[in-house]
Amino acid sequence: MLQIPLWNRLMILFLIVLGLSFAMPNFFYERVERHNDAVATMERDGIETDELLAEEALWPSYLPATLVNLGLDLRGGAHLLAEVRVEDVYVARMDALWPEVRDALRDVRAEVGTIRRIDAAPGNLQVRISQPEGMAQAVAAVRALSQPVVSLTGLAEQTLDVVGNGDVLTIALSEAEQAATNDRTMQQSIEIVRRRVDEAGTREPTIQRQGADRILIQVPGIGSAQELKDLIGTTARLTFHPVVGRAGSMDEDVDARQIVLPDLNDPNTFYILEETPVVTGDDLVDSQPSFDGNSGIPVVTFRFNPTGARAFGEYTAANVGAPFAIVLDEEVISAPVIRQAITGGSGQISGEFTVESSTELAILLRAGALPAEMTFLEERTIGPELGADSIEAGQIAAMVAFAAVLIFMVASYGLFGVFASIALVLNVGLIFGVLSLIGATLTLPGIAGIVLTIGMAVDANVLVFERIREELKTAKGPARAIELGYERALSAIIDANITTFIIATILFVLGSGPVRGFSVTLGIGIVTSVFTAIYVTRLLLIIWFERRRPKTIEV
Amino acid sequence: MRLRLVPQETNFDFFKYARATFGASIVAVIASLAIWLSVGLNFGIDFLGGTTIRTDATVEVDVAEYRAALDELDLGDVVISRVFDPNFDEDQFVVTVRIQAQEGVEAVTSDTIRDIEEALGSAMGGPLTMRFRGAGLTTAGVMEAIASLSLDATPSENGVGFSLPEGLPLGTIASVDEAVGSAFPALEGSTFTYERIAFPSVESVGPKVSGELIQTAIIAVLASLGAILIYIWLRFEWQFSVGAVAALIHDVILTIGVFSLFQIRFDLATIAALLTIVGYSINDTVVIFDRLRENLIKYKQRALRDVMNLSANETLSRTLMTSGTTLIALIALIVLGGDVIRGFVFAIAWGVIVGTYSSIYVAKNVVLMIGVKRDWSKPSDGGGAGGPGGTQFANVDA
Repeated sequence: MLQIPLWNRLMILFLIVLGLSFAMPNFFYERVERHNDAVATMERDGIETDELLAEEALWPSYLPATLVNLGLDLRGGAHLLAEVRVEDVYVARMDALWPEVRDALRDVRAEVGTIRRIDAAPGNLQVRISQPEGMAQAVAAVRALSQPVVSLTGLAEQTLDVVGNGDVLTIALSEAEQAATNDRTMQQSIEIVRRRVDEAGTREPTIQRQGADRILIQVPGIGSAQELKDLIGTTARLTFHPVVGRAGSMDEDVDARQIVLPDLNDPNTFYILEETPVVTGDDLVDSQPSFDGNSGIPVVTFRFNPTGARAFGEYTAANVGAPFAIVLDEEVISAPVIRQAITGGSGQISGEFTVESSTELAILLRAGALPAEMTFLEERTIGPELGADSIEAGQIAAMVAFAAVLIFMVASYGLFGVFASIALVLNVGLIFGVLSLIGATLTLPGIAGIVLTIGMAVDANVLVFERIREELKTAKGPARAIELGYERALSAIIDANITTFIIATILFVLGSGPVRGFSVTLGIGIVTSVFTAIYVTRLLLIIWFERRRPKTIEV
Repeated sequence: MRLRLVPQETNFDFFKYARATFGASIVAVIASLAIWLSVGLNFGIDFLGGTTIRTDATVEVDVAEYRAALDELDLGDVVISRVFDPNFDEDQFVVTVRIQAQEGVEAVTSDTIRDIEEALGSAMGGPLTMRFRGAGLTTAGVMEAIASLSLDATPSENGVGFSLPEGLPLGTIASVDEAVGSAFPALEGSTFTYERIAFPSVESVGPKVSGELIQTAIIAVLASLGAILIYIWLRFEWQFSVGAVAALIHDVILTIGVFSLFQIRFDLATIAALLTIVGYSINDTVVIFDRLRENLIKYKQRALRDVMNLSANETLSRTLMTSGTTLIALIALIVLGGDVIRGFVFAIAWGVIVGTYSSIYVAKNVVLMIGVKRDWSKPSDGGGAGGPGGTQFANVDA
């Protein structure tokens, strides 16, 4: 007869309590959020202030504090889809390889004759040799520079493809090495984007790799996509060069291995610099905004790693009295005269900085340069007011839908309708619990998904109740009818929900952004609604049945 | 007294008007295809690329003025549409401006967006208020900077807002911004807002992405149809899966037809809606099929047509109850959910209606036409696991 083992009942109860306890923080969204922020700040900085402790005390630490992430369309913020031009890195790799190739070919000069680098397609390095008959030796010499690819799949693959054709030697990265390089480039880009966004101190940004060469960046609470682009798009490349002299214009003729760069602040000043920098920003370990000790104007301080510190120290010791240029992204920030050797590896950059611009520069220097350029394929800015309106509208709609469905169910099924309604309430609670637990993002279509679930969730119960009604007609007694009702409706419930679940899965796999948010709530809603409709209403029914032992029931 | 949508015992002959209903479905599908091909869909920027700007103004909006203001910028095809919603405040006037993808640019540049915002700002007419934010700002300094452009500005009471005279030419706001910026170098990058118009959302999608989005959308719809075809085939019979998928295609096409008939914006969210319709409709169809499968075993001698009618009658009450609750929820969302998702929710609501209809009048008809193997008690002969009677999964109950 109608029976559920005790452990089964406890299990159902346990799942409900667990789900609801994870859903609960969402009802106190702001308080929990402030609590979480305070905890995160204290963990990061290791400093406890009274203010932070007060914020932390807003929510007891023994309760779950996970929240449903609100999507950008609900919270406001900026969304960018960036494509990383991974090919840029091949070009840089080939340029860096040229000196090595040159040296390797010089060693076999007797066979290959004179060598000359010629213009080639981007990512290729082409060398013309004067004695084509020595091509075999040339290829062998360059191949010796190649190394096995370090990757799981690239077994026995080499990093370089070297081909000799006539008197031209073509060198390019092998496919395996390109793939490995792309991966590294993407990881590095994502890391740098993450650091730059984090430095700006925004809350919970989403930075994800999408496909082979794309990065999705979503930052809540930021005013516009442009602001976000400015933040991540700038490649701050810092170098220190010896100054040769001043130039009248950008077009001035200079010796080989010298460059002319403009002054950042004075459009009429140009410097002639040695092309090879003394130290680059790669050796930088830290950079902070600060104020000059004497004048009190904003400056940026920096510190080098030991290698950089040594090079910087040696150069400044040997060139006291000579000017050197601090160059940021091909512009000279300042060209001070070296007064004494800077041996400690730290120094400061002064320019015409404001407090904001010095902070910004410090961030950029700290975060390092992006390995390759990015193009932005998609950008969206959503204002916070729009999101707040949407949440409010969604809430009201959900409430009304909820109330209407409850009334409809109770009117149709009486007491059974009440059970179904309780299950429905629990269902919505569980959806929020699961969303919080897995850290999913709730979007506007996601709210629509929940409202739709509210409508559809009763389906399983309707199926069961209708079935019970039918079974009652054949007069098997109420208990038997209920049991058969659940049993016989099961296959329809399973089939119907699995097909919908398939759709939700496909939406999740193929969808992006809001579509994905919708698929998540739809999928979770299916699982929780089947659970509440089958187990919870059944448990309620059985408990009621055991107490009342009714002779007849009306569904 | 219980609310009953249908009497306890029904005995409708759903095939009585099969010619009419099925014919109507076919006509509707053909009509939808015709509208779709001739009128076309009103694709959103997700699929076409381009920029959408939502504006929110506190005074009545004249669309013609907007258009005139944007024409000067030479942006190509610009669509301006008013948005109405019962949730709006009395003095809230919302417009969406859609601009086609600009040639050779992936996402629209910030300068363009600023030009557009400015053009719309001045199209509002009347004095324009700019607000500057930043530390160390003095009213006198800002006044001086604005005066250097020979503009008459009036500071507002709190000293951070400045009203500019009516009918400003394009570029004024940028030059004021620049003048104030150079007067206060510390303020570089400061923000200003227009009092009368706000831009709650700006979205820009490049042509590269939009092309891919179309592709994924088509794949998503086809993949879900395929997955359902296979699932129903495994759980039921291939005839059932053909019937179910025919009903789904019917629903999808009819929905696309309605979208092109009323020129409702068709974007990524619409695809999600289409797939939800597929999910809902199959849900409905499967419930009837499930009962049909059961009855076919129970009444081995009765005509297929009768068994189908019986099954549909037995599940009719449930079908209408579920559609009813779902529609109630969706109607609440249509009315109260705000204009941003209205198109999306409308699509789903329409799909629920069509899906309910199709599971009763389309899916079964197709199965009846193909016919179905009746001897369910014996294992399918000859074909083995891969044979047409692939019902070996039918008894798998979770």
